[in-house]
Amino acid sequence: MAATNGPAFEQPASFAFDADSEAELATIVARYPAGKQASAVIPALYIVQKQMKRDTGSAWVPLKGMDAVGARLGMPPIRVYEVATFYFMFNMKPIGKFHLQVCTTTPCWLRGSDAVTAACQHATGIKNFGETSADGIFTMTEVECLGACVNAPILQVDDDFYEDMDAGKVEALLAALRRGERPPAGSMTGRQTSAPEGGPTTLLFAPEA
Amino acid sequence: MPKVTIDGIVVEVAAGSTILQAAEQAGIEIPRFCYHERLSIAGNCRMCLVEVEKTPPKPIASCGYPVADGMVVHTDSPMVRKGRRGVMEFLLINHPLDCPICDQGGECDLQDQAMGFGADHSRYDENKRAVPDKNLGPLVKTSMNRCIHCTRCIRFITEVAGVPDLGATARGEHMEVGTYVEKALGSELSGNIIDLCPVGALTSKPYAFVARPWELQKVDSIDVLDAVGTNIRIDARGTEVLRILPRINEDVNEEWLGDKSRFALDGLKRRRLDRPWVRENGKLRAATWDQAFDAIATKLKGLSGDRIGAIAGDLVDAESVLALKDLLASLGSTNVDCRQDGARLDASRRDFYCFNTSIAGIEEADAILIVGSNPRKEAPVLNARIRKAWAASGLPVAVIGSETDLTYPVLHLGTGPSVLTDLHSGSNAFATILANAKKPMIIVGQGALARPDGTAILAAAWRLAAHVGALSFDWHGFNILHTAAGRVGALDLGFVPGPNGKGVDAMLDGGLDLLWLLGADGFDSARIAAGTFVVYQGHHGDAGAQRADVILPGAAYTEKSGTYVNTEGRAQRGFKAVYPPGEAREDWTILRAFSAIIGKTLPYDTIEALRARMEQINPVFGRVGFMPRFGCSDHTGPAGDPSVLSDAPLVSTVPNYYATDPISRASPTMAACIEAQSQPALAAE
Repeated sequence: MAATNGPAFEQPASFAFDADSEAELATIVARYPAGKQASAVIPALYIVQKQMKRDTGSAWVPLKGMDAVGARLGMPPIRVYEVATFYFMFNMKPIGKFHLQVCTTTPCWLRGSDAVTAACQHATGIKNFGETSADGIFTMTEVECLGACVNAPILQVDDDFYEDMDAGKVEALLAALRRGERPPAGSMTGRQTSAPEGGPTTLLFAPEA
Repeated sequence: MPKVTIDGIVVEVAAGSTILQAAEQAGIEIPRFCYHERLSIAGNCRMCLVEVEKTPPKPIASCGYPVADGMVVHTDSPMVRKGRRGVMEFLLINHPLDCPICDQGGECDLQDQAMGFGADHSRYDENKRAVPDKNLGPLVKTSMNRCIHCTRCIRFITEVAGVPDLGATARGEHMEVGTYVEKALGSELSGNIIDLCPVGALTSKPYAFVARPWELQKVDSIDVLDAVGTNIRIDARGTEVLRILPRINEDVNEEWLGDKSRFALDGLKRRRLDRPWVRENGKLRAATWDQAFDAIATKLKGLSGDRIGAIAGDLVDAESVLALKDLLASLGSTNVDCRQDGARLDASRRDFYCFNTSIAGIEEADAILIVGSNPRKEAPVLNARIRKAWAASGLPVAVIGSETDLTYPVLHLGTGPSVLTDLHSGSNAFATILANAKKPMIIVGQGALARPDGTAILAAAWRLAAHVGALSFDWHGFNILHTAAGRVGALDLGFVPGPNGKGVDAMLDGGLDLLWLLGADGFDSARIAAGTFVVYQGHHGDAGAQRADVILPGAAYTEKSGTYVNTEGRAQRGFKAVYPPGEAREDWTILRAFSAIIGKTLPYDTIEALRARMEQINPVFGRVGFMPRFGCSDHTGPAGDPSVLSDAPLVSTVPNYYATDPISRASPTMAACIEAQSQPALAAE
């Protein structure tokens, strides 16, 4: 299949930073010395993505948003497009209400990411990575290592990590999301941070003073 | 300076050089795709691998690896060969095997280096990746499957052209070079990415599937579509010019060429005058040379010299200008002028009308003031040099005239010439910058001179140059930027009205009975008074030919051997690539033939004799290709009162880069460029 880089999706006619975004942008741009504002391009693109989530319910970066970032940071538009398309954390097309990001890198895969993927597909009706469910609620993408291998497999929903997943937990999580609930993020087996399964095996008691 | 041993050859190179540069100095060629000496170093093709002793045992990319004293480098060891073979195998994984239908075939770096360094087969059995082609406008054709991601085009457009339109989007296997949002490239230098592309991903759209490089006859010449005097190579097959490429000349164009000069060549085949014409009863009738000459001779009979005049156009070679001047002199006329746009150029001293700093000298400047010129449109290659100087030193550039994007930041001081007075009196802040600069440059464009107060502006600019210290014994910072390739040569030969001679305005306003136009199309031909008998000698049926009573078909610059003096005052010679069409002849021979008919035979039978006479008149023509730089010790300015400036805003004389002369106006490719320019998002097709 031929790859197509380029704005192939229906784009909003305009984009302007709202008050919240402006406030956030001001603090980020202020971190860099004069003339080096281009360094703020990645956080600025995140601001665009978050604002789109607030405004439209779908977290993505439209073309006009990238142009707005370029204009604000004094960058030619193409330099912003290069950055935005390089990182898969920026969605270049509209996504569903919830963004299911399945880590399929080796540790997660060994620990059952295939089952997580299958459960997501079963629960949402999505067939392939990169697609959005027919009801527009879920988008499922495949991501590279999320850096939480100890608690593999991981399903990242928007910005939250749901760890120690299996098929049943995925189904339950997605059902909760559908109901409008937001279960607490973290290990779904209840383990404490990255402690071994079943509880700590060392440092069981504090040394005597 | 560090000493490096490369394949047993010891070379001493400048500190900070890379291994690749050191190897070049040692005469050893290292294969490369992404490295280019005029662009920043990217180091992403990995073809230039070498082995360096006492480093970790792995091949090193020599293009980005700085030398150190005592370094021992091997460029042909088994490790290097294996490494390069591996890189080549990777590059070819996704490269289509379409060399037989690829326009780059025969002059392709990938093809050559695959032969030299690659393996004889590939181990890759899977499908190759497919990339959709991009539409970059009417000049550059893309075939993106062939792209090897060297990013030379991206770096050129960003760094040299200063119009950052191209980029690499997405990553890894999905990386694509393009504009992301489809649009035509907005640079006047975009054609150079075709030359830079080491593979066939970017090729010339008008030249697509036209010829193979080994079929072409290559002739060195000089470009005449602007006044930079870009060194070009004309590639011709039979009677047709098929392609124009730049030649390297560090002093003039480095290795770049403007799009108009590269692509307007299809204008050479259209609207050509290929036979003489004579007007009878108000209509032009095809004629023979004898009939045409007779018509002029009849008209000339009994005319006194002061009723005869000649205007030379923008594309003329110095040889024909001199022949025409001599012809008019033999008829007793001094009514000659080469300033058809009415530019108030002062021909009395050479540095009043030359780009005295020289183009290479721009890089030494530390402040530039541009008056009434848009160098990006008038001389894109020269503008790239200003941008290069700005990129290297961040020198301040100020503009008096229209506010436009010159590809580098400029300080816009105002639109009217009165700013020159403010700068002289010191009431403008930029005056301090100019005065503090050690090597300031003032560039005066034709937009400042081709207007009624042009003489005053010229005088005011000179006065300012003298005032801010731009004129000293070792630095000449006063510059005229011309737009016509033939202008400086004609001025050097004194093709301006002699004593009591008439200038362009007086000639057009009915001061003449016979007007000889030598390729002069740069004014509204309706201005020529009704009773004037007009002879048009030239190669295109443009404005001048429409008004003509007799048309003498001449040769275009590709069809004659000619000398051109560029805006710097550098005489350069171009050679004949093809024969003129039909009955058209080289221009100086037409004038020589006519002179014999009226019994005023010009004293030269060969072009060598004519050139000897040119050199006699002005020794400049004896130094072809070579231009000594002079300082300025005489501060006496050109005639003119620097205080009688009008308030009219300064505008460039080149409103549209793609249509400035008969050749580009006749070119369909240039017409497509104009269309693409007016709707950049749709970009043709």
